[in-house]
Amino acid sequence: MYVAVKGGERAIENAHRLLAHERRGDRDIPELSLAQISEQLSLGVDRVMTEGSLYDRELAALAIKQARGDLIEAIFLVRAFRATLPRFGATEPVDTGAMQVRRRISSTFKDIPGGQILGPTFDYTHRLLDPQLADGAAPDAPATGEASTGATPRVTDILGRDGLIEPSPPAEADVPVGDLTREPLSFPADRDLRLQNLARADEGFLLALGYSSQRGYGRNHPFAGEIRFGEVEVEFMAEDAGFAVPLGSVALTECQMVNQFKGSATQAPCFTRGYGLAFGQSERKTMSMALVDRTLRARELGEEVIAPAQDEEFVMSHSDNVQATGFVEHLKLPHYVDFQSELGLLRKLRKEFAEANEVPPMQEAAE
Amino acid sequence: MAGNESLAGESGGQARRKAVMAVLAHSATADIAGLLGTVALPVHENLRAPENGLVMVRGRVGGDGAPFNLGEATVSRAAVRLSTGEVGFGYTLGRDREKAKLIALCDAMVQSDEFAAAVEAEVIAPLREAMIKERSRKAAEAAATRVDFYTLVRGEG
Repeated sequence: MYVAVKGGERAIENAHRLLAHERRGDRDIPELSLAQISEQLSLGVDRVMTEGSLYDRELAALAIKQARGDLIEAIFLVRAFRATLPRFGATEPVDTGAMQVRRRISSTFKDIPGGQILGPTFDYTHRLLDPQLADGAAPDAPATGEASTGATPRVTDILGRDGLIEPSPPAEADVPVGDLTREPLSFPADRDLRLQNLARADEGFLLALGYSSQRGYGRNHPFAGEIRFGEVEVEFMAEDAGFAVPLGSVALTECQMVNQFKGSATQAPCFTRGYGLAFGQSERKTMSMALVDRTLRARELGEEVIAPAQDEEFVMSHSDNVQATGFVEHLKLPHYVDFQSELGLLRKLRKEFAEANEVPPMQEAAE
Repeated sequence: MAGNESLAGESGGQARRKAVMAVLAHSATADIAGLLGTVALPVHENLRAPENGLVMVRGRVGGDGAPFNLGEATVSRAAVRLSTGEVGFGYTLGRDREKAKLIALCDAMVQSDEFAAAVEAEVIAPLREAMIKERSRKAAEAAATRVDFYTLVRGEG
């Protein structure tokens, strides 16, 4: 129960003023610009775009600045912003196979058409703090090589040609694409809704669930078939123009997990798959997403549902950090009346307990 | 046959307009405005005042399967009409209304016999060249990180 209590207005106003002051920090230190955040804290921006579910680097940078670097608070701000704009419609599904690849690796095949391209990665760094960076030394210009003109097909497409891997579920013409921002979740949920939920899910939550599945809680033997990151063109069917207009490109990361087999009396065994896709360079996120996408297919693939990562209601109901934050942090709000009633109940229970144990409280007090 | 020809003509024109829109969507507003400033602009009016909104970006399950909703993106759009009747549409990711309007104006101009050649030569061609150069630079940087596997011969054979 919530009761309006007056009297906090001035305190709230001054608290926000103090927050703005603290956000700015020492005024002798130059203020951060949005361009600096977008350019130099770019993976934080990518996470806020992905979990805020809104591709707009500048807005995500503003949210990070306003949230003092608290990324979940920033995600909250971005989610709130998206409710202020009308939606023109949905884009044509993007073609990640035509990505302008900045990074593309496979842990299943050494020699893949287009090659293994490491791109800008933390992999193989020694994770030693770099004092030169503290001094602001300018880095060397990147090396350049001869770009191949050939295609970089998805590794799963190559496996698919031999029937060694299950095909992706085909689009069905008359089935609308589920949208959890428009309709409340209900279970069981189809894979389109699950993927939308996972795409905006908290990275830490998915990481822990994916990890739990690797450690034996719903195990399914994954290989990172392919991870790719780069720019993908986006088109939108504009009713007024009468054709699909190009909107520009978005940076995306895609992960294809290849998992152990399914098969039946009528179908030869083949690898199964889990899929991850996110805005920006979000590798840990897409890998975790692909692991959990696969574990959530337990029901579809006839696997026993025994672990949290396989339970779609558990996963999808707790994956959203804005919802989770709302419910956890609402505990900070005044619950004075609720608490008074609990206090009254507790006093009554203690009185009953004391009476039942025949400890006369008045006598004790008298001694 | 005549119907087919006009259809082919229309889709050819559409393909050209899409290619121009793609170049413009990839270009910076200041660059488009700067180059358009060198061209004599036709008289035009707003058919749709520039406005910001969202589109839901869709991916496909497994990259090639059934579509799903990935997340939204900000988009700006506009439409203009030249005094000679050509209607142009501008769409671009982001919240830059001016850019959407400039794209719409260019789209209208490429449909006009009078302005198509000038806008292609003075605006689109240099922007396309810059876009390709930028892509090549990124591709070359990525290519330098391609792994060249080689096999070590170990032991005495």
